[in-house]
Amino acid sequence: MLEKNKKLDIEEILKDLEHYRPKRRGWHWREEQGKQIYGEFEYHQASKPLKQSIPLPAARSFGNIDPQPDCIVTTEIASGRFEDDIRRMRMAAWHGADHIMVIRTAGQSHYDGLIEGTPEGIGGVPISRKQVRATRKALDLIEEEVGRPINFHSYVSGVAGPDIAVMFAEEGVNGAHQDPQYNVLYRNINMIRSFVDAAVAKKIMAWADMVQIDGAHNANATAMKAWKVMPELMVQHAINCAFSKAVGMKPENIALSTVPPTAPPAPCLRLDLPYAVALRQLFKDYKMRAQMNTKYMESDTREATVTHVLNLLISRLTRADIQSTITPDEGRNVPWHYYNIQAISTAKQALVGMDGLLEMVELKKDGYLAEKVRELKERAVLFMEEILEVGGYFKAVEMGFFVDSGMYPERNGDGIVRHIDGGIGAGTVVERDKDYMAPVCEHFGYNNLPEGLEKPCDLIDGCTFHKPEKIVFIDELDENDNVYNRLKETEHLRKSTEIKPEVEWTGDGIVATTIFLPCDEDTAEAAALEIGKKMGLEDVVVIHKLPAHPSEGTVVEIKGRVPFTIDVSKLTIPKKPEVLDDDVIRKDIERKGMKVVAATVGEDEHSVGLREVIDIKHGGIEKYGIEVHYLGTSVPVEKLVDAAIELNADAILASTIITHNDVHIKNMKKLHELCIEKGIRDRIILAAGGTQINDDIAKEAGMDAGFGRGTKGVHVASFLVKRRWEMEKDRNEN
Amino acid sequence: MSKRPDDFEVRRQHLKNLTDEELERRFWQLAEEIVKPLVELAYNHTSPAVERSVLLRMGFSSIEAKAIVEGVMKLGLLGKGAGNVVYRLAKKKNLPIREAGLLLVEGKAWEEVPGLFEGGAANA
Repeated sequence: MLEKNKKLDIEEILKDLEHYRPKRRGWHWREEQGKQIYGEFEYHQASKPLKQSIPLPAARSFGNIDPQPDCIVTTEIASGRFEDDIRRMRMAAWHGADHIMVIRTAGQSHYDGLIEGTPEGIGGVPISRKQVRATRKALDLIEEEVGRPINFHSYVSGVAGPDIAVMFAEEGVNGAHQDPQYNVLYRNINMIRSFVDAAVAKKIMAWADMVQIDGAHNANATAMKAWKVMPELMVQHAINCAFSKAVGMKPENIALSTVPPTAPPAPCLRLDLPYAVALRQLFKDYKMRAQMNTKYMESDTREATVTHVLNLLISRLTRADIQSTITPDEGRNVPWHYYNIQAISTAKQALVGMDGLLEMVELKKDGYLAEKVRELKERAVLFMEEILEVGGYFKAVEMGFFVDSGMYPERNGDGIVRHIDGGIGAGTVVERDKDYMAPVCEHFGYNNLPEGLEKPCDLIDGCTFHKPEKIVFIDELDENDNVYNRLKETEHLRKSTEIKPEVEWTGDGIVATTIFLPCDEDTAEAAALEIGKKMGLEDVVVIHKLPAHPSEGTVVEIKGRVPFTIDVSKLTIPKKPEVLDDDVIRKDIERKGMKVVAATVGEDEHSVGLREVIDIKHGGIEKYGIEVHYLGTSVPVEKLVDAAIELNADAILASTIITHNDVHIKNMKKLHELCIEKGIRDRIILAAGGTQINDDIAKEAGMDAGFGRGTKGVHVASFLVKRRWEMEKDRNEN
Repeated sequence: MSKRPDDFEVRRQHLKNLTDEELERRFWQLAEEIVKPLVELAYNHTSPAVERSVLLRMGFSSIEAKAIVEGVMKLGLLGKGAGNVVYRLAKKKNLPIREAGLLLVEGKAWEEVPGLFEGGAANA
């Protein structure tokens, strides 16, 4: 079991890996989908709560609820080092991801066989048995920690599709991309080889109860004008669905990878919504994997997030069984840890916020939307008619039917052309002879097995699907490029008190800084690089710039590496106040009662933090029986002190959020001095709270205690009781 | 494909009077018609990756599977099935499957392989 206050121990994961077997096989949908009560609210498109999680920031004001949407939420992780990815997976799971998709290293689809060991990857990880097993082992622990099964996913494509499918089935991988069209169009793998391999791979995936995602979304990313390929996308989905079903996959395990094709400033809903509706009508029996748009993403993470929220609106207006997320930094670098979390949170926040939307609004069944839906379907039908007219799928690919930037039947002559005898793996496919035989289970195609067998593998005393102990585990093949060597390099950061910032890998040292400069874009870029260097950063790079005005100013974001580590054992970390048991607090309030006057002081309208500390509903100090007189917001300090005198209060709680010109410090000092002036300072407890307050700042300004972010009623109540004991003791001693 | 203007209105004439249900049915009929020859192709053919996947399921490592499939291809016997080659060799030599396969991996016993099949290689 993982302990939440302990980091994942990678060495422990790697230990005894050769004997590890995954806990389960097959995809897992979220449980108890539909109505759920979270806190004060009823949700209609939610699912079973997590055991442990990190809710959205605003949950603080809603009893810390973390409602989980009904659909699966995907995050894509691949830094090139699986040992670092595993930690990110744990963080992602705590924020609500239950579908972890691992991107493969560049070039793996052309690798004819399985990669073994744990070499480092580029833009992804080399998917090997060891990498998969270690990751699944970690996820088996993480899913127990958060209390929800996690689907692990990668790719069954390239020239080793069937090999990878077997390995995934053996190792408990729960989902995979599989689409022979992807091989043909984007990886230039021979088309005959792709379809022959795909049938075998799909049949194996079907046995493993894996969910399959197709590759049609790549046409969005590849086509010059992504919105023009909508009819073709439906054709690509249909070909993979029909082919998969014919070789033995259940439709409910077949998911369409669909992306809203456009993004603002295009009027994206007008283009994307009819497409989304048409797709869901045609593919009723199949699952929808709604992916976010990447095609038009640049370096602006805010812009990407808004586009993604519009994508989520389409998901809620139609249907998404799996909601995939794209990290908003994908347009500028390999995704960083915290952008995975941002993307997951964007999905969770928007999906929960739009809960039950279709109970209140309805898509029109006539007019523009219906006409467009019909038109798209007709265009797709015409596309398929022409495929058959020219002699079938292979012929159509040879003629460049696919990824043409004309909206079918318009043609622009820029489609991808592949030849039947061309591409990687051409000429490697042979016909199965009459006496062809494969003595294993779940093998697609002609198989001349002897009669009377219960299952094919009885011939060989069991295949690995029935006797997993037959699986051969290869540890490492490369004595230099492997996880152990990488771990050695970072050992000083993992096993000492030294830490270093990171965004991808342990100790990568990368930090990012946002800078506003009052000048034009080109000057700002050059200046920002200099600023980075003067700040002591190494390898400074501009990762984003946005003109605020051609001459008035530019926002620049830079990244760079810090060349030092921090020894956490030498840090002075402000101690969190020790809290008393609820019963102890209650008993003391019963003993003597306690009156408190509370307000937000000065010209300050913020009330959320203070209300939360007070309100019984939020577990505030009222629940212990403390009598609270809440005077409201923007209350003058004088009024607060007068009320305390009038009520003979034990304590004053002052909330002060605004910090312009140190007004928060001034308010605290004034409160302290006024109490002295009025002669009550020695018998009253003064405490202040606010986002910029801590105990030290407050005490320096004359308070008895200060409370910052994350303060709960129990902290304040514990302090009040303890402080009163101290004061009683002092009085008795004097 | 050469350039072509959008002649959707001309082409759609035979579709425009179909109900939505009829149109959807047609969509799926066409899809099934397109994939039918592809499924048949896959049913009757095999590839090095397919045969490696058979050997993996028989309990060989990826490295062993690759070596065996390459040897089988050299002899032009892929159409018999690489798993079949190992199976028949094991039968003939009265060895466990794994041991028979490892002989091939070590480069041994290949001379016996063509004789395992009547008529030898059909797809040499």
